[in-house]
Amino acid sequence: MALLDVRDLSVSIGALQPLDRIAFSLDKGSILGLVGESGSGKSLTAMALMGLLPLIGGRVSGGSVRFDGTELVGLAEERYRALRGHRIALITQNPMTSLDSMLRVGEQIDQVGLLHLGLSAAQARARSIELLTQLRIPDAATVHQQYPHQMSGGMKQRVVIAMALAGDPELIVADEPTTALDVTIQAQIIQILVDLVRQRGLALVLITHDMGVVAQACDQVVVLYAGRVCEGSSVEAIFARPAHPYTQALIACIPRAGQARGSLQGIAGMVPSVSNYASGCRYHPRCALAQAVCQTDVPPLRTVAEHHRVACHFAMQDAASHG
Amino acid sequence: MSAFASSPLWRVLRTWRGGVSLAVLLAIALAAIFAPWVAPYPYDIQNLSATNKAPSLAHWLGTDEFGRDVLSRIIYGARTSLTVAMAAIFGSVTLGMGLGAAAGYFGGLFDRIVTAIVDLTWSFPEVLIALIFVAILGAGLYSTMVAISIAYLAQFARLTRAQIMAIKSETYVEAAANLGSGHLHILFRHLLPNAITPVIVAGMLAIGDAIILEATLGFFGLGVQPPKPSWGAMMSSGTGQIFLAPWTILGPGVAIAIAVVSINLFGDALIEALDIRNRVREV
Amino acid sequence: MAEPARATGNLVQTRGLTRVFKSRASLFGSKRELAAVSDVDLDVPRGRVTGVVGESGCGKSTLARLVLRLLDASSGSVHFDGIDLATVSAPALRKLRRRMQMVFQDPYSSIDPRYSVRAALLEPMQVQGVALDAAGQDARVTSLMAMVGLNPALAASYPHQISGGQKQRVGIARALAMQPEFLVLDEPTASLDVSIQAQIVALLEKLQQDLGLTYLFISHDLGLVRYFCNRIVVMYLGRVVEILPEPQAAPRHPYTRALMDSTFEPDPKRRRVVTLLHGEIPDAFNLPPGCAYAARCPQASARCRTERPALLQDHGHSLACHHPLT
Repeated sequence: MALLDVRDLSVSIGALQPLDRIAFSLDKGSILGLVGESGSGKSLTAMALMGLLPLIGGRVSGGSVRFDGTELVGLAEERYRALRGHRIALITQNPMTSLDSMLRVGEQIDQVGLLHLGLSAAQARARSIELLTQLRIPDAATVHQQYPHQMSGGMKQRVVIAMALAGDPELIVADEPTTALDVTIQAQIIQILVDLVRQRGLALVLITHDMGVVAQACDQVVVLYAGRVCEGSSVEAIFARPAHPYTQALIACIPRAGQARGSLQGIAGMVPSVSNYASGCRYHPRCALAQAVCQTDVPPLRTVAEHHRVACHFAMQDAASHG
Repeated sequence: MSAFASSPLWRVLRTWRGGVSLAVLLAIALAAIFAPWVAPYPYDIQNLSATNKAPSLAHWLGTDEFGRDVLSRIIYGARTSLTVAMAAIFGSVTLGMGLGAAAGYFGGLFDRIVTAIVDLTWSFPEVLIALIFVAILGAGLYSTMVAISIAYLAQFARLTRAQIMAIKSETYVEAAANLGSGHLHILFRHLLPNAITPVIVAGMLAIGDAIILEATLGFFGLGVQPPKPSWGAMMSSGTGQIFLAPWTILGPGVAIAIAVVSINLFGDALIEALDIRNRVREV
Repeated sequence: MAEPARATGNLVQTRGLTRVFKSRASLFGSKRELAAVSDVDLDVPRGRVTGVVGESGCGKSTLARLVLRLLDASSGSVHFDGIDLATVSAPALRKLRRRMQMVFQDPYSSIDPRYSVRAALLEPMQVQGVALDAAGQDARVTSLMAMVGLNPALAASYPHQISGGQKQRVGIARALAMQPEFLVLDEPTASLDVSIQAQIVALLEKLQQDLGLTYLFISHDLGLVRYFCNRIVVMYLGRVVEILPEPQAAPRHPYTRALMDSTFEPDPKRRRVVTLLHGEIPDAFNLPPGCAYAARCPQASARCRTERPALLQDHGHSLACHHPLT
């Protein structure tokens, strides 16, 4: 049984429906990349998984999220709170919003142990220092006593990861954890996350806009566009045989080593915002393959190969020509 | 939506506060402008046989100690109060914005000197500053205007300086410099337009304060000199017969109150309207 | 002394360019200095794209501003077409700005929100004292918008009504308004979505070819720089550590190697091996003696920690390292 199973998840905020029938599943010890540009709904998905939608005035309007057999949609808040920070942890993009600038970082990590694992103050502290050392922070005992403003961005993000790990989670949701960091630090953090998953058998939902990070770290990929899933498959298949025109175009947007100048194209048009999603297939205004049916009928998510699903009326044709 | 319908003025007019206060202010302004036609009597005709008469049909607000019609003097007095207050605040805003903008934009030693001087005026009560300048320049219309101008300089300078300092590090200012803009271009095209709104609102409210300050100076005989009527001076001479003819002091007093309250209400409504509009604009 | 630019084919040359910022650590603390850019010798050949790549704190944004004299240098020189920018008079500098322009990183803050697109595009002419009648203005605005692929109907729009990509096109059009020869592009795509980034890069390529422009392209994205640029300058903590004569040249500086290893390819068959670095980026106010990268470099020796390596040239490939990679 998959550790995390999301089916037909829809989220609404007021009269808008920013997420429409998202579906994916994830096993222990594997990394799922949730890819999309701005407005794709990836951060909303993270919030939906964590049960934090009420904070932004949103709610799950349909579908199910099963974590280790337990249905999370509609779960009572007290039970959700017992899961959050303990069995399911969240890492956000900006460590300044996860860390309280008035408290020492060590204290913030300790709190997780105290709250969720029932540790004593001394035990929690020892565990925090241990975690910081595992995350390759030099002189962890001193760092434990520092305040966030005394640390660099990369260090802060590692503290946030330590907080996420302190509750001994089975699932980590990381929302663009390295976007705000320098590229060499990003590489380190991604590698640390990958090592953690392999060594501890965690499951990681890695939300990003960076296809390079996806290729480097993920086992499976789900591509989102305008609140819907376009394509979902293994990482090899997504890059070798992308079936959805958006996925193909997105991969082509990233310059590769040795790529000839003048060959980078981009995707014409603009990234849509929630208030002006197109009818039918939401990608059709920018799609080179768009036909009349794309404007009227929403393409269903169909299986086109083993573990490879696509939501496009013309995916099969394209898969054939790329095969 | 037409430009007017979405303009702050319309939003203000739609509220009770805004609409009524603006109507009152317009009435006062029109009365002042058309005083010779609106006032039943000239302001300086004395009638020593009819002094301190109570309000009657002939004199709606009675007469003062020289037999002059109180209502007419109030109407003409509006001219003085409004002219002095508006001219003084206009001067204050212009000079204050200029100093504040220069201080905020150029910074450094110039900024520190200007801020020190402005803070000095800020630390004295307006009345005191006005008194000092009238003492230096002598009483009269122009010195009253100058005195009031300087008394209120500090707040406009500080407001502008703060706005300018906040905006000058925006990238579009750097972009303008990149195009080859000189300082004046940057100040007038990019910095001042963004700084002007809070200053205008503060200016409006300051007109109310200036009316009171002018009345205060007039009360001490340091403002506009007789026979030109001034609400403050009328109140001052009215204190002499406060029990005998209370309307001589109540008339101008109530006039001041109505004018200042209307200005404050209008200013409040304006602030609110600008605020909502800004919020709506961001959505 | 800089040779005449025409002889060397360099449009822009900097020598020993340094910029120091001073600040106080705390209210009563002692003053301290930060060398944002130290001793940079940079050549920007005419008609080519020179990339400057580095991470935060490397000084690339400061360098961009020094090259255009939007910031004054603390020491060193900048020559534009043989003219020393430091000695040029204010009116002459203003005229010179017609020939050199900057495209800024954040399209959301680089255009004044109070003015329409049309007004933004006419501002360069206004500032430079180029008078145009109404018809001339319309023509100019339309042609600039067409040049950057913007629908002319958007001329009356305000910045908050158009998308990020469109705003950046306005920024580019504004920079091109006076027909410059030289553009400094300060991370022009960093704030945009990936699909829009590629659009803007394609536009910049086309413009460079059509108009024969010289670019100084500044970015933290090595993959993009290697795609777009003819030569690549790598900076670290204010200094140039390596200059690659062509984008596919093999890196010889450990830092460039680390940057390359950290730039992931969109190809799962070519995953990188990330060696976890030790040490942290040193405090820029308190740089240790010797090579600034020594604290994190896997092959740092005692010599590296005491003696700063000079930037040496070897067949167009410049390098500042005691133990270059082979």
